[in-house]
Formats: sequence, C-alpha cells, structure tokens
Amino acid sequence: MDTNHKMKGLKFITRKIAGFFIDLNNAFQFTLRFFREVFKPPYEFKEIIRQCYQVGYKSLFLITLTGFITGLVFTKQSRPSLSEFGATSWLPSLVAIAIIRALAPLVTALIAAGKVGSNIGAELGSMKVTEQIDAMEVSAVNPFKFLVVSRVLATTLMMPMLMCYTGLVGMLGSFLNVHMNEQTSFISFFQAAFNNISFLDIFSSLIKSIVYGFTIGVVGCYKGFHASNGTEGVGKAANASVVLSMFLIFIEEILIVQITNSFRV
Amino acid sequence: MEEGRRHTDPGELMIRIRNLHKSFGENEVLKGVDLDVYNKENMVVLGRSGSGKSVLIKIICGLLYQDSGAVTVLGKDVIHLNDRELRELRLQVGFSFQNSALYDSMTVKENLAFPLVRHRRHLTRKEQNHEIESVLDDVGLLQTLNQMPAELSGGQRKRIGVARTLILRPRIMLYDEPTSGLDPITSMEINNLINLVRHKFNTTSIIITHDLTCAKITGDRVAMLFEGKFIKQGTFAEVFSSSDERIHNFYNYNFIESR
Repeated sequence: MDTNHKMKGLKFITRKIAGFFIDLNNAFQFTLRFFREVFKPPYEFKEIIRQCYQVGYKSLFLITLTGFITGLVFTKQSRPSLSEFGATSWLPSLVAIAIIRALAPLVTALIAAGKVGSNIGAELGSMKVTEQIDAMEVSAVNPFKFLVVSRVLATTLMMPMLMCYTGLVGMLGSFLNVHMNEQTSFISFFQAAFNNISFLDIFSSLIKSIVYGFTIGVVGCYKGFHASNGTEGVGKAANASVVLSMFLIFIEEILIVQITNSFRV
Repeated sequence: MEEGRRHTDPGELMIRIRNLHKSFGENEVLKGVDLDVYNKENMVVLGRSGSGKSVLIKIICGLLYQDSGAVTVLGKDVIHLNDRELRELRLQVGFSFQNSALYDSMTVKENLAFPLVRHRRHLTRKEQNHEIESVLDDVGLLQTLNQMPAELSGGQRKRIGVARTLILRPRIMLYDEPTSGLDPITSMEINNLINLVRHKFNTTSIIITHDLTCAKITGDRVAMLFEGKFIKQGTFAEVFSSSDERIHNFYNYNFIESR
C-alpha cells in the first residue's frame, strides 16, 4: 500500500516535470515562430497601430499615477538618510540614477504586465475557446500573424516609450518633493539629476524595456493562444500571463543588470 | 424521390475519406471512417454528441490532423499540403461554426470584410461594400450591418456566420450543428438557408447535426455515425427504414425529444 502511494507520487511528479519541459519547448517554438512570421508579408500595419494604441494610450493613466508616486515616495523616503550626512543636495542625482537605471523600466513593465499582459491573455484566450481563432484559420487568414505578431510588436515598441514617460513623470514627482523642501528650481534640479547619468544607463534601460515588452507580449499571447476548458481557461490564461510575465521580468532584470555592470568602469 | 434530390453528377467527387482514425489520448473518436461526397450534394452526418462528427469536419478543413487514413478534398490530400496550399484550399472550403465564432470585437460589416480585404485585394472599397451587402441580403440580415455580434440573436449569429464564409464564394460548405440551441422556427429558417446556399452558390455541403428535421430537410444523403464508425449511409428514408436497433433508438429519442 505504502509502495503503491510512493509509485503514484513518483508518477505524478514525473508527469509534472515532463509537462513543464513540454510547455517550455512549446513556448520556445512559439517564440521562434514569431521571428519566422514577423518578416513575412503580408504585414498587418493597421492592426499593429491599433494594438500600439491599446498598449500605449490605455496604460498611460495608470503609468502616470504610479510613476509620479514612485518618484515622490522614493525621494521622501531617501531624504532622512541623506540629511543625516547633510547630503540632501545629492537627492536629485540619487533619484535620477534609481529611476533611470531600475525603477522606470521595472515599474513600467510590472504595470504593463498587469494591465496589458492580462488583457492579451484574456482576449486571445476568449477567442480561442469561442473558436474565433479557428474561424480565422479556416478563412485562410493566418491568426498567428494577425493576433500574435501584431501584439508582440506593439508591446515591444511601446514599452521603451512608456518607460521614458514613466522616468519623466517619476522625476517630476521627485522634483515636487525637492522643490517643496529645498525650493530648488526646475533647471537646477534636472541639471543635478542628470550629472551622473551616463549613456550606458539610458541605453541599458531602453534594452531592458524592449526585452520586458517582448516578454509581456509573448507570454500573454502564448497563454491566450493555448487556453482551453471554456471560461475557466480564459481566467487561467489571464492570470498565468501576469504571473509568468512578472516572474520572467525579474529574472531578466537580474541578468541585464549583471551584463550592464560588466561594462561599467 | 429521395435519390432524385441529388442535383449532381455522382461521378464528380469533392470529398473522399478512407479508413480515417483519430484519437485524443486513449479515447479513439474515429475508428475507420469512409465517406464520399459528390459535387453540389448536401451530405448530412448524424450522430450523438461526442460521436466524432465535429472532429470529422475539422479534419476535412485541416484544423485537426488524423492519426491514419486519407482525406482528399477537391483532389488534394489535406494532410500533405504545406501552409500555402492549405490556405488556398481553405479559400474553397467554408466552415460555419456551432457557436458562429463571430469576431466579437468587430461589427457585422467588419466580420464580413475581414476575409474579403485579405483575399480580394483587387476590390475597391465600393466593391467590397457591395459584396458585403449582397451576401447579407442573401441571408436576410442587411439591417444588421453595423451591429455588434453581442446585439444579435442566436439565429442571426448563425446566419452572419454563414454569410462570412459565403463571402469568399467557397465550393464546399461545412456546417457544424447549424440548428443546435435554436427554437424550431429559427431552425427551420436555418434549414431553408442551407438549401438556399446550395442552390444559389452551387455549394457541396456536409452538415453535422443530431437534429432529424434538419437532416430530412437539408440532406440528399445521410450518414449515421455511431461510436466512431458509419453504421449506415443512404437517403433519409433508406437510413431510417433500417432494422438496426441503434438507428431506431436514435430516431425514437429524437421523436420523443421533439414532442
């Protein structure tokens, strides 16, 4: 009886591990297919622009709010530590480094993973379970090209723009706090802020946001495209899109920071 | 009389299926299916839910692939077609889904324009609009042009689904449960539409259903699928005059249900 339970447990674990690797392989094939399809005509320009609007414009309010609060709170929290050493004049450059190097790409990506990723997962999942994707296929339209390529391109293209916007809004939040405490002018604040920012900081953040955008798009589309089991499957696809995107974003953050640091003198 | 309903030269074979097998995991759904469908013929595939009817037509249009056996559509072996060839074949095969599968983020007009703008690129905007209005008129729903799918009734959605496939002028129509979930009057309208489509667009059709009224009204021939195999093929009268108990049970169940 005990051996029987152990065997069952072993089988369960083996099945789960095998399932994980099959899923991983499918996701890899899905990503490869994106690169195969993206350069092949016909191009769905209208749909790409529509998706860019969905990803960019519709996330703007949330990103403005979070970016501004991040900048404001980060400055407020850093002030006591710096004022102990009489170094509050370093606040602008400290905040600029933190926002440009890490916070702007990461906050933008996490917000987009929640808003855009779940939206893509749910939309494609719903299309899958109601056979709308099959309907596209039988009408000789490539659903991968129309649905996946356009969405992944849109998230990849829009994420750097959103990241720049988050950075700007975050810096404005920080400026508000600094100005209220030290009456620093707008120009002096930004001059001090950008004194310690290098090309590598901006470049690595742009690369990060491109990678994050691509991840959010691919994960959302993959989970939506492979949804099953009716409405329950749609919910799972939306949920998995967010969770997996966020997880991968943190892994990518670690890797990109390591790579970038190796270029720093 | 029943044979006389066949409008076709029986020699012109549009769909040929031989020894078709398909399993999902350990569940063998199709266990050696053979079927011939001739030009401009309405072939009805009858069977209980889960008997593999929908799987059969999904294999015909290349949405699913068989485990073994051969499916030839318009002379082409579906499983051996590459992506481009499969797309070309699909332009000639329309598929009307059980739940219509209308794109719910698009209006009726956009639903119909979706395949049209991608496959009839030479048409001007005016010609496209004319095509869309003409097909919508054929299915009797011109007034729904700017409505969203969510605003339509079940019967209207089915009609729009048919219109969307007709817009590419397919030679073969595959109907998956065209009358399921509809009241008897709307079902009758859909049955009449299936016949109208055949006459007006000269289509060959496979109609998947478990509705005997639909089978009787639309079918030139009927094939009875039971546990993954065809147990009887012929006209409606031939199939239901059979002494096979499984066919009798199916007939009686429908009769009791429709009462």
